[in-house]
Amino acid sequence: MSEATVPKLELGRVGESLPRVDGIPKVTGEFAYSSDLQAAGMLWGHTVRSPHAHARVGTIDISAAVGMPGVHAVLTHEDIPGEKRYGLEFQDQPVLAYERVRYFGEPVALVAAEHPEQARRAAERIRVEYEPLEPLVDPERATEAEPLHPDRPTMGHGYRDDPRPNIVRSLVIRQGDPAAEGDVAVSGVYEIGIQDQAFLGPESGLAVPDGEGGVDVYVATQWLHVDRDQVAPCLNLKPEQVRIHLAGVGGAFGGREDLSMQIHGALLALHTNRPVKIVYNREESFVGHIHRHPAKIWAEHRASRDGRLVNVRVRILLDGGAYASSSTAVTSNAASFAVGPYAVDNALIESTCVYTNNPPCGAMRGFGAVQVCFAHEAQMDKLAEALDIDPIELRLLNALGPGGSLPTGQTITGTLPVADVIRRAAALDVPEAEELPRDPMRLPGGSGNTTRGEGVRRGVGFAVGFKNIGYSEGFDDYTAARVQLHADGSATVHCAAAEVGQGVANVILQVARTELGVRDVALAPHTTATVDSAGSASASRMTWMVSGAVRDACRAALEEWDKKGRSLEVDVERIYRHPRTTPLDPETGQVTGERAHVAYACAAMRVVAEVDVELGLTRVVWIGTAQDVGHAVNPQAVQGQIEGGTAQGLGLALMEEIQTRDGLITNASFTDYLIPTTLDMPPVVSELIEEAEPDAPYGVKGVGEPPTVVSTPAVVAALRAATGRELSRVPVRPDDIVGL
Amino acid sequence: MRIELSVNGEPCEADVWEGESLLYALRERLGLPGSKNACEQGECGSCSVLLDGKLVCACLVLAAQAEGHEIVTVEGLAEDGRLHKVQEAFVAAGAVQCGFCTPGLVVATADLLARNVYPSDDDIREALSGNLCRCTGYAKIFDAVRMAAASL
Repeated sequence: MSEATVPKLELGRVGESLPRVDGIPKVTGEFAYSSDLQAAGMLWGHTVRSPHAHARVGTIDISAAVGMPGVHAVLTHEDIPGEKRYGLEFQDQPVLAYERVRYFGEPVALVAAEHPEQARRAAERIRVEYEPLEPLVDPERATEAEPLHPDRPTMGHGYRDDPRPNIVRSLVIRQGDPAAEGDVAVSGVYEIGIQDQAFLGPESGLAVPDGEGGVDVYVATQWLHVDRDQVAPCLNLKPEQVRIHLAGVGGAFGGREDLSMQIHGALLALHTNRPVKIVYNREESFVGHIHRHPAKIWAEHRASRDGRLVNVRVRILLDGGAYASSSTAVTSNAASFAVGPYAVDNALIESTCVYTNNPPCGAMRGFGAVQVCFAHEAQMDKLAEALDIDPIELRLLNALGPGGSLPTGQTITGTLPVADVIRRAAALDVPEAEELPRDPMRLPGGSGNTTRGEGVRRGVGFAVGFKNIGYSEGFDDYTAARVQLHADGSATVHCAAAEVGQGVANVILQVARTELGVRDVALAPHTTATVDSAGSASASRMTWMVSGAVRDACRAALEEWDKKGRSLEVDVERIYRHPRTTPLDPETGQVTGERAHVAYACAAMRVVAEVDVELGLTRVVWIGTAQDVGHAVNPQAVQGQIEGGTAQGLGLALMEEIQTRDGLITNASFTDYLIPTTLDMPPVVSELIEEAEPDAPYGVKGVGEPPTVVSTPAVVAALRAATGRELSRVPVRPDDIVGL
Repeated sequence: MRIELSVNGEPCEADVWEGESLLYALRERLGLPGSKNACEQGECGSCSVLLDGKLVCACLVLAAQAEGHEIVTVEGLAEDGRLHKVQEAFVAAGAVQCGFCTPGLVVATADLLARNVYPSDDDIREALSGNLCRCTGYAKIFDAVRMAAASL
């Protein structure tokens, strides 16, 4: 058996661009991803999933599967020794379905067999009695429908008490005079389709029984300790009997915050007393994890004649799908950032997330800010047109900054250089228009475009966005790091932070080298077994949080080393916490303390696109962006985050959408769910705006999300400029461009 | 059934089930998990290998079809413990993030540069358009290909 380890490499300090510590094993094929793991006597697990979006579950007849060749276990909800439900924040999701299924692909039974094909064939022989029910698929009707969760699992957690059925959370933010009138008003209705994280490494892992009733799970995840705390109660084990170890992670983007195979693999392993590996295929991956919330947003902006925002009124409806996941926090983020990085005295914002029988939604890069940024940036362009003011000038005129406040009443105390990112992005040189005729590969639609480019129009778009860094609303967030100083002068750092590809392993080592002043620092395997929680690799929080924890642990270790006469081994663990936040008032949506969010990061982006207005085809030609990144720990890795995050936002603008019919996903493959390829991505020029964040260690900020937030509206703004069409829904379809 | 083939210059034998792909045989039978299983339907290029010198998706080739053929995987690119120039360039350029697409891209790039020593950006774009990457946005992958081309 192998697991992901990070080799000892010599590294530099905070602020230097250094190659990834796991770069060499990743280019040679030696890096062990969760789907690569092997163990002696290993079985393969397979998950039986619901073909219905909503059905009552009757008897589950496993008898035909049990005796099949190679089959060692067939399990249903009756075999779960502990809690039958789990959840990232609310225990509303069955480990294996009982009584009813609420979404297409919900896990119903498990099989373990010697060969994956034997497991698949046995799964086909399991007979599940379903009584199909009318699926609730229209989120606008959810609050009038029969409740999918009559026990209302998200109520009683300090949120606004909303008695309507199928409410995951509703939040109303009222500031100033929500009836205030301006000289000019613009309004619009915007829709965002369901985006998928579409990480390339499928959900997978290996569960190994420890022979004493406990289990080790090697898995690709974003937060080891929160996995453990969900797995153990379902197995009826103590937390220390479940050890979660990070296996190589093939991308995450929010999609691995919720559990996938962890409990299932552990159940099969404990039942068979054999190691069990589960690897989803691509179709299963698309149905087996949560998605970005689809949204419908109604917005009205009122402004004075000279272009100042007077009042912004926004209603946001998010479809949470069948289970809560992290929807309550997405609801809050969407509300907090609905106005965008602009100052306004009066606002009325209503953000509601509902349960439906559509695919469950939760965390994806941008987390609520993506949906509202698409709407507020379209609104700002509309307002600029109505006022006959340059759209960039209008944004500068209203730009939020330190000392300003959000509609929640929270004052910006840290850095937020909105005007600066706008100016810097606007100053980037846009490439000259390319001449026609030209190589068809450089036309919108590439070689699929058989014209000479007669219908090609060029447009330039601009957008600004921002998002919070870290967990909000009073969540007690912390990160632990443990530092061992060895007699030979080397050091080992233990930290359970999930390296999901973003480069946090480098951050940990660069901070340790900065603090310890030694080159020889090793990073121990990421696990729950040797160190306390690092929290989640999400919310653009990890760079900040591990920098604080590793810094504090290194400093404590050096103090200890001094006290011990500088010769003995030292081993210390420290916990780091960011400035505390408090909840929003459930009635007014206003802050109840100094802050509900820890800090923010913003970005501005300029996009040049060409559109064939007759064929509905697009080509993004060039992207330039300026991003507020705090002090960049590793500038090359920061640029990589900006380029990659931009590609995901471009994907949402132009091509990415999970399609459903009556709640059933109809495009669960890379043939039918398209993500950007080399042919779709233009060059990205990125300017890093490095202003040290005062509350953060070394002045760092998270950098992963702002590019995804801002790129979707920036791309669509360029398409609007090229076509003159409203394009109020993403992804933009060829039909929308042509006007069919 | 039993198959014999050459993998990374070594003769190999494996007992495979008739329905198994070359990708499954490499990963699960021959101890070479470097070729990746991202889609297993020929859309993502993560399992790209060379079959008799030709770039193929190992997930679309049955293990049985590889009988008697020569396969080169990402594990076979480095020579005498020295990284292939393409591998070096991918690390130096920052073209690797999660890295799941990397083995396929490294093999595809090595194949491109073996055929075209001075690829234009459009050549690179076309040659790598069958390899999905979800992390990088491809910018640093282009940098890596240019860097490798310059060093060959």
